Amino acid sequence: MSTNGSTPFVHMRGVSKWFGSLNVLDKIDLDVAEHNVVCLIGASGSGKSTLLRCLNRLEHVEEGEIVVDGQQITDPKLDVNVLRRKVGIVFQAYNLFPHMTVLQNVVLAPRKAGGFSREGAESQARALLRRIGLESKADEYPDRLSGGQQQRVAIVRALAMGPKVLLLDEITSALDPQLVSEVLNLVRELAESGMTMIIATHEMGFAREVADKVCFLDAGRILEEGTPQEIFSAPKEPRTREFLSRVLEAEKLG
Amino acid sequence: MHALHQVYRTFFYPHSFRLSLPDVWAGFQLNIKMMVIAEVLVLVLALALAIVRGLPGPAAKPLRALAIAYTDFFRGTPLILVAFIIGFGVPGLQLGFISNQHVIVYGITALTLVYTAYVTEVYRAGIESVHPSQRAAARSLGLSYAQTMRYVVVPQAVRRVIPPLLNDFVGLQKDTAIISVIGVGEATQLAQQFSTQNNDFPSLVAAAVFFILLTIPLARFTDHLVAQRERRERAQAF
Repeated sequence: MSTNGSTPFVHMRGVSKWFGSLNVLDKIDLDVAEHNVVCLIGASGSGKSTLLRCLNRLEHVEEGEIVVDGQQITDPKLDVNVLRRKVGIVFQAYNLFPHMTVLQNVVLAPRKAGGFSREGAESQARALLRRIGLESKADEYPDRLSGGQQQRVAIVRALAMGPKVLLLDEITSALDPQLVSEVLNLVRELAESGMTMIIATHEMGFAREVADKVCFLDAGRILEEGTPQEIFSAPKEPRTREFLSRVLEAEKLG
Repeated sequence: MHALHQVYRTFFYPHSFRLSLPDVWAGFQLNIKMMVIAEVLVLVLALALAIVRGLPGPAAKPLRALAIAYTDFFRGTPLILVAFIIGFGVPGLQLGFISNQHVIVYGITALTLVYTAYVTEVYRAGIESVHPSQRAAARSLGLSYAQTMRYVVVPQAVRRVIPPLLNDFVGLQKDTAIISVIGVGEATQLAQQFSTQNNDFPSLVAAAVFFILLTIPLARFTDHLVAQRERRERAQAF
């Protein structure tokens, strides 16, 4: 499935990381096959975001190895800018560039780092915006868009670089509940189109639906992993059960 | 009544005013010239210095230290001393081209050196005010550090610091008067000469009026920008 045939598309072995004395990632082993969707669940502070940020070298890893698309990304000599064109990431707070229009947000990286011509980048960007129904907003500034629209633009901005894997870091957590579904619909479409994705999420129903594999993180470790069926219907670890019942309760209250 | 008349004769006597006006105006054009050239240089140099101060990594440490030393030195030294040192010291070095410049060049140099130090700090505050998540987003898209600064961080930083920057430029405009001490025949110096010759002060008042007239539009423009930003931010909050 992966390019060199022997290892999966994303391969993490014994990855550990500390913030000072806090062990945020503790011997993480994770494999993600191409065209698969892996969901990371777990409480805030369990290490989901940090794990994602290690995969595009926004964070530095102290121990272990990470291979993406056959390339050792823990190698200090690695050109991170090349890696990041392959590994897109979308953040909880969208992080659109507020001084640029929607179109400029989407074309910036393809033009400056992706080798696209101005025309090429713009026609691609317009096609992507059309696909998410926001072509009419191309010349608006981000603050004129709703949170859900901004987040969809952020996803499209990441897609414009043609990444081979997309990391989604709790991308619906900052959204009003009624805006969540428009973002999740887009992610669902991407999953159906075969995009490899690693998704940190609190949306359990969504994880259950789109994930090929679900990993439960607790205190920097992957405590349990399996198919959605295994994790959500028959969790083995008491911590997983406890977490899921708490989330379920919160959803009922909400 | 007598005292009031004295004030009128000493400071506002129209005849002296009229007589001195052509000279003071001619001098003031030099102030404007120094101001404009120095401001352009300061805008560019200070931005470069602010970026150097923010360079990451141990390799850039000497550069950062140099930039810090520069701002410490020139923010701490009174402009009048810098003007003396450059204006009288550099010609004395007899370094050919460098030592054979017109005195106004030394004046502009002194203004630029000192105000670059102030404005570097203004830019730096602006650059630091751009949220780290903006850099993370840009770097995640594959943009290099330099591209991230150029397209994402600096444009946002500059927008935010325009009001304090213009404020510093009001200071620079006024401080062009200090350059008179090294013999630049600008408005203050010519007004002073006129005043000594005629033993009255309307020429100095005239020079003051010119400075004020130049400053007021800039001050109002700054107010306007600040108000505009506040309106926009309030609109966003709701």
